[in-house]
Amino acid sequence: MIEVDHLTKRYGPLPAVDDVSFRCEPGTVTGFLGPNGAGKSTTMRMICGLTPPTSGSATVAGLPYRQLGNPGREVGVLLDASAQHVGRTGREVLTVAASTMGVDRREVAAKLDLVGLTGPATKRRVRAYSLGMRQRLGLALALLGDPRVLILDEPANGLDPEGIFWMRGLLRDFADRGGTVLLSSHLLREVEAVADRLVVIGNGRVVAQGGKDELLAGAGTLVRARDQGALRVALDRAGLDADQVTDGLLVRAEAEAVGQAAADAGVALSELRPASGSGLEQLFLSLTSDAPTREDAR
Amino acid sequence: MTTTTPAPAPPTVTRRAERHQPSLARLTGVELRKLADTRAGYWLLITIGLVAAGIVTVQLFVLGEEQQNFADFLVPSLLPVGLLLPVLGILSITAEWSQRTALTTFTLVPRRERVVFAKLAAMVLAALGSVLVSLAVAAVATLLARATGGAGDWSFDGSMLLHAAVLQVVSVLMGAGFGLLLLNTPLAIVTYLLLPTLWSILGGMISALRGPARWLDTGVTMEPLFGPDVTAGQWARLAVSLLVWMVLPLAAGLVRTLRREVS
Repeated sequence: MIEVDHLTKRYGPLPAVDDVSFRCEPGTVTGFLGPNGAGKSTTMRMICGLTPPTSGSATVAGLPYRQLGNPGREVGVLLDASAQHVGRTGREVLTVAASTMGVDRREVAAKLDLVGLTGPATKRRVRAYSLGMRQRLGLALALLGDPRVLILDEPANGLDPEGIFWMRGLLRDFADRGGTVLLSSHLLREVEAVADRLVVIGNGRVVAQGGKDELLAGAGTLVRARDQGALRVALDRAGLDADQVTDGLLVRAEAEAVGQAAADAGVALSELRPASGSGLEQLFLSLTSDAPTREDAR
Repeated sequence: MTTTTPAPAPPTVTRRAERHQPSLARLTGVELRKLADTRAGYWLLITIGLVAAGIVTVQLFVLGEEQQNFADFLVPSLLPVGLLLPVLGILSITAEWSQRTALTTFTLVPRRERVVFAKLAAMVLAALGSVLVSLAVAAVATLLARATGGAGDWSFDGSMLLHAAVLQVVSVLMGAGFGLLLLNTPLAIVTYLLLPTLWSILGGMISALRGPARWLDTGVTMEPLFGPDVTAGQWARLAVSLLVWMVLPLAAGLVRTLRREVS
């Protein structure tokens, strides 16, 4: 369980995170979506007690993070896979963490195995690791204390498609067993496949949140015709709003109304379907792109 | 690289024993391990040992035979070790920030002052360990001296051991203070090496500073620790200089570390 309550962080006059509230329930995967610089990482650092909030609060497993006695046993955190001493071996990174948490040393090998770091890779220094290997090491570190909550910032960065697929399975499984997962991404597709709930953030503010299906519903209809111009005229005549998206026109109406409008105008359609991914994509883009991203706002 | 092993089940039962925060002893053990588990740290420790051995080897050749005694071997080995120990202290603190491991360290132990205290404890143990190395090296040299016709006198004032221990512990903690305050490796090392020297030079040049310099120049106030006798006045001057160069940086650095945003 993670509860974020009106978190705000200002750097000078600039709010990097502005009045953000959401909850992550056990048994769910919450996707934390937003473009780079939207405030995802700052929010996650505030949840983990690394950045003091300007106002607001957050609790994990019912307590503010800093009051958790042995947080590694409650919460697995991966905020930046590159934040490891490059002179330590992968195995040593986990051994140090295991000693800190009081976890049995045998867990180190088990968790390295779980994330697919085996053989010579574990004895190499982190300097020689690819970003994908560092992500796997970070995930092993997060899982080391057998926590009930996972907080992962862009964990799919640097993973190959096979690795991303594997990680989705791991997170889904973790949540299905009653765990709570909060994972951030700037890529909608990455999160869409695994999340139950979505929290979309733009310019430091939550712009949409709710169940994934809920957010997907009402996304409209995707329609395509060979004569795109004629289709647009037909839709205008029927009083239907249409936005150009990558694979056609997105119409905020039921498929039936769109089909009827096209038929009335005699436009032959090449595609007509409820917009799922692209609808959410549209939402994501429209919700978060109304102001320039502030990569340097931190 | 990919496995199909299922993720571990998140435990549903509360494990009370595991919720306790890690003890300071355990954290100190972890920090001791971290002093040696990177290439930089490992070689720094090896270098400290080698420097002690090297200095004593030189003594074996340059000292007259009647001067080849245990105490004569011990004292010169303390100085170079005392120069390197602060670097160890600085690195232990600043590497957390330069290598960004503070992110993991403070995520696992959010009460940051506990990490800092554990680091200081680990450094004190390392400094005491270095005194043992100096003693061992001096003992080997004394045996060698006896075998090669040197005097090889074992006589040795117990107070010297105390002074050596104070010297090395104070050195490493001064380094730690600069590391905590500046949180940047090169800056901390340069400042640590330069500032007291600058102070000495200024004290030597400007007559008005000569009085305060005797109380604040650690080069001067720590000098008596190399011998067996330290007067009450010398202890007082040492304490005053350490208040400025060790206690203040440690205190200010602790506050800075507690408040700093980790990213």
